[in-house]
Amino acid sequence: MTNGSADATKILWDDPSIVAIRRDMLRFAQLQLRDAGAAEDMVQEALIAAMDSAKSFAGRSAFKTWMFGILRHKIVDHLRASSREICGTDLVEQADPQAELKDFDALFDQRGFWNPDDRPATWTDPDASFSQKQFWEIFDACLDHLPDQIARVYMMREFLDFETAEICRQLGITNGNCWVILHRARLGLRECLENNWFQGEAIQC
Amino acid sequence: MLNCKEVTRLMSEGYERKLTLGERLSLKMHTMMCIGCTNYGKHMDFLRKAVRRLREGGAGGER
Repeated sequence: MTNGSADATKILWDDPSIVAIRRDMLRFAQLQLRDAGAAEDMVQEALIAAMDSAKSFAGRSAFKTWMFGILRHKIVDHLRASSREICGTDLVEQADPQAELKDFDALFDQRGFWNPDDRPATWTDPDASFSQKQFWEIFDACLDHLPDQIARVYMMREFLDFETAEICRQLGITNGNCWVILHRARLGLRECLENNWFQGEAIQC
Repeated sequence: MLNCKEVTRLMSEGYERKLTLGERLSLKMHTMMCIGCTNYGKHMDFLRKAVRRLREGGAGGER
């Protein structure tokens, strides 16, 4: 909590910009946890933690980055604490390897080369997308669209920066399995972005 | 000689473990001749970058 003596670093928690960050945090937590209640809890906890340690935020990093850092730690703690609830065998069974692999195979011909329609196109200046709001909406939608169990592994790896070994330990799956799931997530996300965002500029060769 | 399916798998694994010299060479050889997989590799780097931004809350507005 900020008090009089901490005016220099005082943060106005009901400022519209904070409200907007809070909304983004909630969306992030929801993507991550796929559980609206848990997501709300995490954001609350992160906000409380941020308020408690507002003094330690001395403009070291952008405010939003700092807030998201706290949120990520909260989610990591939550996942570690509840790892026993996430059953690794569920993960593997639900994934139905046969069906998923078939899906996957459709991108390639019998010899394992790209089908012409699915061959990754050239994206011109993709980084320009970062400044476009619609891009992030589509990115969110593509993440949402991943099957839950694949998204969970992908989010743990890429958003929460878990090492693969820890993901495997927590979910009780093998390294190989983990790699296949991550590969599938990347393949799916790429496809989704290309179809829904970059498609207009596809250059077929 | 690797096919595209194997190449995409290896590219993904390259983010998870250190690829062997042989694997890296096979990837190079393949991508030299395959525009699809060359693009795929670039797209994977792009995905990484996008995720980094998103997780730092960078999705909304400022660079």
